[in-house]
Amino acid sequence: MKKLAVPLLCVLAAVGFALSLHLVFEVAPLQWGKTGDGRLNGSSLFFNQKIFYWHVAHAFWLFGAVFVAGVSSIAFLITRKSTWDDIASASVDVAVAFGAVVLITGSAWAKAAWDVWWNWEPRLTMSLLLWLILVGYVLVRKFAGPSADRVAAGMAIFGMVGVPFIYTMVGQDSHPASGSGGVVATLGPGMRGAFWLSVFSFLLWFIALTITRIQSTRCERELRELRERGLDLGVLQ
Amino acid sequence: MSLLRQAARVAWKDLRIELRSKEIVFTMIFFAALLVVIYSFAFPNDDRAIRGATPGMLWVALAFTGTIALGRAFDRERENDTMRALLLSPIPRLAVFLGKAAAMCSLILAVAIVAVPLLGLWLNAPLFGYPGELVLVVVLGAIGISIVGSVFAATLLKVRSRDVLLPVILYPLLVPLFVAGTKTTASLVAEIPNLEAAWYWIKFLGIYDAAFLVLSLWIFESLVIE
Repeated sequence: MKKLAVPLLCVLAAVGFALSLHLVFEVAPLQWGKTGDGRLNGSSLFFNQKIFYWHVAHAFWLFGAVFVAGVSSIAFLITRKSTWDDIASASVDVAVAFGAVVLITGSAWAKAAWDVWWNWEPRLTMSLLLWLILVGYVLVRKFAGPSADRVAAGMAIFGMVGVPFIYTMVGQDSHPASGSGGVVATLGPGMRGAFWLSVFSFLLWFIALTITRIQSTRCERELRELRERGLDLGVLQ
Repeated sequence: MSLLRQAARVAWKDLRIELRSKEIVFTMIFFAALLVVIYSFAFPNDDRAIRGATPGMLWVALAFTGTIALGRAFDRERENDTMRALLLSPIPRLAVFLGKAAAMCSLILAVAIVAVPLLGLWLNAPLFGYPGELVLVVVLGAIGISIVGSVFAATLLKVRSRDVLLPVILYPLLVPLFVAGTKTTASLVAEIPNLEAAWYWIKFLGIYDAAFLVLSLWIFESLVIE
């Protein structure tokens, strides 16, 4: 069962993804805007709106990963079990990749909708700031030597606590309306299925990647310990 | 001895070392003055541009001097391996943390006392319309920097690349603080000052400091183990 988990998750994610592609491009309607007198027109959203199915799904799990990393870092500091540390570090690694997707798709969206690649729109800014914290976390992990796990755990926890502050901070900004206000809540009936299926497929994908990452971290550690033991015993040079 | 008195003693120890050598304060003040000179070349020298750039100049100076001072202050403990002695001393770790943070905060403020007026004098920055609010926001900013900074500078004590890693960790975490600081300053020095906005951000900073103080008190003990 344990060995099957990752392939199973991957297959499910792939099926869900293929299905969601079908739903997004074949079934879900184009996003029409309304002009002042109630006639339909192709708004700035229109076909470009399709990127939301990816963008928002990745953003969900970016935030999810920050939360997972924060909570498991707390658990690590309390119990000092390396399992928790592995979970935190794996979910941050995957979240960096997911965050990159969020930023790239967000940027593509900004280009289509507002004709600029980047405009410090609140949600985009918030994703960028979170992503920077995560990248900092990865750098700490890589370069902080033996105490990397503690420093990184501290950073994950401080980052998680900082999220509401970042949220309030960008929310107060007086930037142009993003056009995505409450977009998930106001999805049309044809779009809702496609959207949630895509969110779910990416969740499975996220979990599969995280588990794989945890396993590889564990293998790395075992290999290192074996090597040290070999060196101690004089078997290895 | 109560916790606060123990913390005060740790802080006084740090400040006394600093008062004898005056290393951090003198070099940081000189560094801040150099920054202001660089600003004067970097920004166009007209009133509008200076007014717009003032908040940024002030908070960049605080961020830079803050991180350098933090790194140096904790290096002192490392050089003589006195951090271990400090942690072994019969006082709670909380007192060590509070004392360190308080000492750091006073160092940053000592630099700010010189740097902020320099900005006003050399660049003609319109900083002094609301001195009370300005002092308040700078003090809150220094408190925030020293709280989060002390936690991570202490954890990074034994790490080889700590000088590089400290800003890598601190700046993303402190972004809300810097944004709140610049927004407050911006609403204070604007042509039509907006006190309501300034107070909103001052309160935001206060809550930020309080939240991270509580978090640091809780986390310091488990992060700093020798």
